[in-house]
This record gives sequence, C-alpha cells and structure tokens, in this order.
Amino acid sequence: MNLFDIIGPVMVGPSSSHTAGAVRIGYVAHLLLAEPVKKADICLHGSFRATGKGHGTDRALVAGLLGMQTDDGRIPNSLQVAEEAGMEVDFWAVELGDVHPNSVKLLLVGVNGKRLELTASSLGGGRIRVCEINGLTANFSGEYPTLIVNNQDRPGIVNEVTATLAGENVNIAAMQLYRSKRGSSAVMILECDGEIPQEDLQQLKSLPGILDVAYLSLKETEE
Amino acid sequence: MGFHRLEEIAAKAKQEQKPFWEIIIEDDLSERMVTREESFAKMRHMYEMMKKADREYEAELTSASGLVGKDGARMQQYLETGNSMSGSFMGQVMAKALKMGESNACMKRIVAAPTAGSCGVIPAAFLTYQEQYQVADEKMIQALYVAAGIGMVIAERAFIAGATGGCQAEIGSASAMAAGGLAYLSGGGEDEILHAAAIALKNLLGLVCDPVAGLVEVPCVKRNVIGAVNAVAGADMAIAGIKSRIPADEVIDAMRSVGITMPSALKETGEGGLAATPAGKKVTDGLNQGSNGK
Repeated sequence: MNLFDIIGPVMVGPSSSHTAGAVRIGYVAHLLLAEPVKKADICLHGSFRATGKGHGTDRALVAGLLGMQTDDGRIPNSLQVAEEAGMEVDFWAVELGDVHPNSVKLLLVGVNGKRLELTASSLGGGRIRVCEINGLTANFSGEYPTLIVNNQDRPGIVNEVTATLAGENVNIAAMQLYRSKRGSSAVMILECDGEIPQEDLQQLKSLPGILDVAYLSLKETEE
Repeated sequence: MGFHRLEEIAAKAKQEQKPFWEIIIEDDLSERMVTREESFAKMRHMYEMMKKADREYEAELTSASGLVGKDGARMQQYLETGNSMSGSFMGQVMAKALKMGESNACMKRIVAAPTAGSCGVIPAAFLTYQEQYQVADEKMIQALYVAAGIGMVIAERAFIAGATGGCQAEIGSASAMAAGGLAYLSGGGEDEILHAAAIALKNLLGLVCDPVAGLVEVPCVKRNVIGAVNAVAGADMAIAGIKSRIPADEVIDAMRSVGITMPSALKETGEGGLAATPAGKKVTDGLNQGSNGK
C-alpha cells in the first residue's frame, strides 16, 4: 500500500472495492495470462455476489480482463466491448469458503489455449490481494513487479531463482514459498522493487525443476 | 509506509522541525523510490482530478437505479437564495459533497479518497476552502499529503473499507483525513492536526454501512455531507484550542475494535440498518424485478 492508494486511484465509480478493486483483479489476471482472454468464467463470492451487479462489479472485472485500468471511461460498457472482441464471459454465484467477503475466482482460457485459475480479494480503497493461483496458495498485491515460479519442491531452486535476480541487481521486497506436499510441486512468489528483464524470465523457464514462470510487469501500468 | 502511529509522524515533525506534510512526502519518496517532483506532480494530478470531477458534475444525471442524482444542484440553487442556515462556507461544503457523491453513483470519474463511497468528503472541504480563502494550489496539495498520511495510518492500524469496518471506516476515515488537512490549512501544527483528526473520527465512531440494495447511493451520498461538515467542525474546534481527550491513535484503535465487533449485517452486505427498512426492501425488490426481466 502506498500514499496513492489512499488519495487515489482516479477511478470510475461507484465503489473502490466493488468497482476499482474488481478492475484491478481483472487487470492483474490479464497481465498474468499474458495473452488475450478467449473465455472467462467469473465466480462471484460473498459481497461481490450479493451486491456486485449494482456496483458494476461484473463490468469492472471484464474491463480489467480486457486490459482496461480503473479510470477507463469504457468500464460501464465493458460487456459490449468484450462481445465485440470475441471474449466469452459467464458469471457464476459461488461460495469460496473462508475468504474475504469481496472475492472472486477467475477461470480463464487465453486465445492460444493458456489457462489461468486465480482467486483474488478486493480489500477496499482499490487495493487487492491475489490469494490463489492455479490451485496453489498465493498472497500478493499486484503493486510490485511480481515473479511467480511454479517448481518442483527440491533443494537449490530458490537459490537459482534469487541468484538470477541478484545478477540483474533486482531487489526482492517480499518472498513467499508454498507447496502442496513435500517433494511435489511448489510455488515461489517474489515481489520485487524493479522489473525483471525478459531474457531472465526465459532463462528461468528453461532451468531444470522449474515447471512454469508467470510474471506481473508494471511497466504497462505507468501513466 | 514507515509509520504505524500518527504520534510518530508528529514526533518526527517536531524533532526535525519540519511541517507534518514534509514527513509524509519524505516517506513516499523512500517507499516508492521516486523524486520529490514526481511525487508532488502525482498528488497535484489527484487534486486536479478532484477539481475536474467537481466542475463536470451533471445536474440532470441520475444513477442507473434512479435512487440518487440532482440533489447537488438543488442544494446549490438553495444556497444562491441566501436563505441557507449553514451559511456560505458550510453550504458550499454540503453542495460539493452531494455533487461528488452523485457523480460517483452515476459511474463518472472520481478520485477515491480513501474510497469511492467517501470520495466527496475531502474535495468538498478542500475545494470550498480554496475558493473562499484564495489559497495557492501548492498549499492545497501539501494539505492532501497531511490527509493521505492520516489515511495511511488508519488503513495500517484499522481499515478503510465498509465491508470490513462499516461506514465509520470510510466516511469516518475520510472525515478524519479532511479535518487534519483543514487544520493544517488554517495554520495548525502537528498537535492541531492530530486533535482535528481524532475529534472528527470520534464523532463518527459506530457509523454502520447499510446501503439500500447494496448500492453506493442511499445513504452514502448524504453521508459524504456529514463527513465533510464534521471535518470542518473538527478542524475549527482543534484550531480553537479544543483537545481530544482520547489521543488520535487510540481513537483509530477504537474504530478498529468497533468495526470488528460490528455485526456483518451492518458491513456493506445490504442486509441491516436502512437496507432492511420496509422502504429499503421495497427498493431492493423493485430493482431485482427489473433485472430479472432482462
């Protein structure tokens, strides 16, 4: 969180949690998928489910998935924009269990067949937290360039990833490790103070034991 | 943010003999690794966007539900008759708060401060102050840093979302932020800023988030008025030398504990309070029927 989460964002109303936060969740998912969304199943939980329609939460999530930001004047008409872009959208009412009341699960398929399953919550004031990616626990805000590495749970992998970042002089602001069980697949989330160059991401992907690498770049979001 | 208590900011300001806002901008520079010019330009942009949203209010617009709209214009017209009991300053604060709240409900572009539901409080107080006291933009932007610093500490120690803390967390926080900023504009130092924020937040403790049909419309638009008016009162009291017997940080902690113990029916679920009144339910039923027909 920074000062401009408190005074800001500049956004299309009516709700920072139900509209702007929803745009950001969609936008972060759009960046992580890294290809245009072909099909989106949007599963609304709690207050998103109960009061989402009146707040434009549905249109806001779709706007984000289309790559719009919180101040985009097209947000009220995003469902039409999606239709014109050939994006198929379905909404579902779900119960996600013990999560923040403003939460959504997104099941996305990209135009090249890439899949992403993401659960995120809107915390208020437009701030969000991604809590699950492809079935594994996560916990990041999307406010920093974020590297998400899906890897085999074995010794040495963390070292290889952090060494790559150190080689580029990229400082790590926060780091988290999760695994489903010992020796199986694991996920590593690194929130960084600087951007990670594309070559390094490619190199990480080719390392043995690394199953997938997703990267949230904030370059696009700078005004 | 490097600060968890308003007292820390005030102590640093005293110790280094710098204004309150200076401590907050310095924290932003180290937190986001930007230059002073970049940070100030961004805050200026926020202030410009507040002015723009105020200017671009559309008097004829109503929200999609039809529940809110046109009241900002009504208030403005009434003020022009000269009969308002509130007088020109407070009357203008009220009109601007209504306008911004309505623009937000009509899906127009606003600045969340700290949230969209409470976006009318700070602009209503600040823009009116600037119009009536002819203050330079620079000073107004400094006051926005004061407000933002107060909001950061509240978000850090408690919450700013109605869904987690009730309306006190949104309008209450916005009011405390605006009060601190106004105290600074009126010549207050760190003590007055903290007392103004504490008084404003105390006055709105316990305020529930009970939006009819779950929309940011009823009672949210008019709650922006009470948040802004309360901020002016809080700042005036603090400048008069009136102190909050409970220190600002402890008021924030109290807001947090009240928010935690508040039943979920009163935290933006649209289930309790005004939303559960016969009139409120009638609105909800009407809207549901409308959307089922689509």
